[in-house]
Amino acid sequence: MPTDSFSPTQADAYTLRRRPPSEKLLDTGFRQLTLVMASMVAVVLISIFLVVFTGAREAIGEFGLSFLTTSGWDAVNQQYGAFVAIYGTLVTSILSLMVAVPLGVGTAILITEDVLPRAIRNAVGLMVELLAAIPSVVLGLWAIFVMEPAIRPALNLLHAWFGWSPFFDTTAQGPGMAPAILILVVMVLPIITAISRDALNQVPIELRQGAYGVGTTRWGAIFSVILPAAISAITGGVMLALGRAMGETMAVTMIIGNAINFNTSLLAPGNTIASMLANQFGEADGMQVSALMYAAVILMILTFTVNVLAQWIVRRLSLRY
Amino acid sequence: MATTTISSGNQRSDLFDRRPLTFDPSLKRNRINRVLTTVAGIFGAIAVLPLFLVLLYVLFQGGRLLSPTLFTQLPPPPGLEGGGIGNAVIGTILVTLIASAIAIPIGVGGGIYLNEYSARGWFSQFVSFGNDILAGVPSIITGVFVYGIVVSTRLFFNQSFSAVAGGIALAVLMLPTVIKTTDEGLKLVPQELRWGSYGIGASKFVTVMRITLPAAFTPIATGVVLAIARAAGETAPLIFTALFSPFWPEGIFNPIATMSVLIFNFSIMPYEAQNELAWAASFVLVVMILAANLFARWISKVSRA
Repeated sequence: MPTDSFSPTQADAYTLRRRPPSEKLLDTGFRQLTLVMASMVAVVLISIFLVVFTGAREAIGEFGLSFLTTSGWDAVNQQYGAFVAIYGTLVTSILSLMVAVPLGVGTAILITEDVLPRAIRNAVGLMVELLAAIPSVVLGLWAIFVMEPAIRPALNLLHAWFGWSPFFDTTAQGPGMAPAILILVVMVLPIITAISRDALNQVPIELRQGAYGVGTTRWGAIFSVILPAAISAITGGVMLALGRAMGETMAVTMIIGNAINFNTSLLAPGNTIASMLANQFGEADGMQVSALMYAAVILMILTFTVNVLAQWIVRRLSLRY
Repeated sequence: MATTTISSGNQRSDLFDRRPLTFDPSLKRNRINRVLTTVAGIFGAIAVLPLFLVLLYVLFQGGRLLSPTLFTQLPPPPGLEGGGIGNAVIGTILVTLIASAIAIPIGVGGGIYLNEYSARGWFSQFVSFGNDILAGVPSIITGVFVYGIVVSTRLFFNQSFSAVAGGIALAVLMLPTVIKTTDEGLKLVPQELRWGSYGIGASKFVTVMRITLPAAFTPIATGVVLAIARAAGETAPLIFTALFSPFWPEGIFNPIATMSVLIFNFSIMPYEAQNELAWAASFVLVVMILAANLFARWISKVSRA
């Protein structure tokens, strides 16, 4: 603050300093400015919905709800159906979570409970966080050239054993749903681990002490006291990871094979909404753009629902202890 | 727990387990304990395994291509050998700078409003909720969005695909993180600091600028560095906003090459030279991003000490 209003005489030191109009203007101006900046979130969010929805209007009028259940994607005859992509989005994200949740929560327990020396636990935590930092396009590159050739024999073994089931009735010949699911596991694992770790760390120490005090073992305490206390945040984190898995684009696009035709087999190429957008949006025109926007609307509704549900679960399920 | 009592007439004694209180590893509960601990250990090992494998391959495959010409030359035309990724390195830096220049001021301002001005009313709740939703919007959708408002409308100088469009798309992606970290960082500032500032006659603006923001600098800086690192590696929003260019950048209103899009484009090409450049670009990108992450960690550690 400028000190020019002070003078050496005693009396002046105690006179109230009036705030000059310029200072008041600056104050209110700054407040309004930050208000506008905070509103940008709402503006951007609403415009995203508006832009995508207006773009999709033409296709929504043309195809209606049958867009969700038909599986043609024919740019010549202008016939579009997103069933393959919607099916692929749901199947890859849900199956990847079924693998990632036990792994992630198990790792989080390993990091938070005193099983290992603190230095090792911190190192594991750091490594999982660094895994989250690796760009998805780099994971995709790795999946194409390293992971997929490496796991192909294992996938073909699955085909040899379970070839009778519709989920494994093709041989693995390269890109497909199964490698896409595995790379999604790698991508959502850090999210689940980080959120579960925070949730487990927030369980009051008294709860653990109480559990051990009545004579339970470590895993008795984990299963009957610590996990139930942290379950709301963990479930919320799992839902967030589900949303992330549904919208994940690059790694999946590079490894899923981008099929147009429907196939139940997890070893065959598939497609997701996000990878369909990544592949076609740049070169599409006319009705195809609108159809892609329609698919984007569906993806947004899916992730929006999952995210809202996640927040609701965290608030609703939180245990009072 | 079932007990075999050897009590001498005392009825209450069979309520208690008379076994000694020493640890008995052969008990069922202790065996289950060991099995589950092992399972958790295996899960943890599986969780860190991909990091090692990815880093190993990126460092090995990309590191051996590392040379000065990698940063000074353009990518070769399909079928030819050699070349570098100089234009993509510059492009990534440029697009990320544009994104930061948009997202950081708006995000920090929005965070200031949320924590310092709004009295936790409906508006701030709405903005916080919207912020979480915006953070969950798939990155490819932000690409579609920016394509819709900037690229297809030719908003800037009648140019369609441009570095600015890419920067805006990344800014949309960064914004929720910056707002969130600012808001959380400001929450950690003790209320007494603000009262002290008002007490000696500072205005709200001066308090925020000179007292509150500097006190929350560390968490905000950490979050901002992490947001920048994440944006630098994003590909999906750039594919149809910044597009790609095999040439040196021609200003920010033209299509521009970025490392992430280069990796995507070159990894699916059937040419050896292009695939190798994709690995080299991955190396540069991963080193940059991991360095930024460790830097952010270092900032928060230094200031806590």
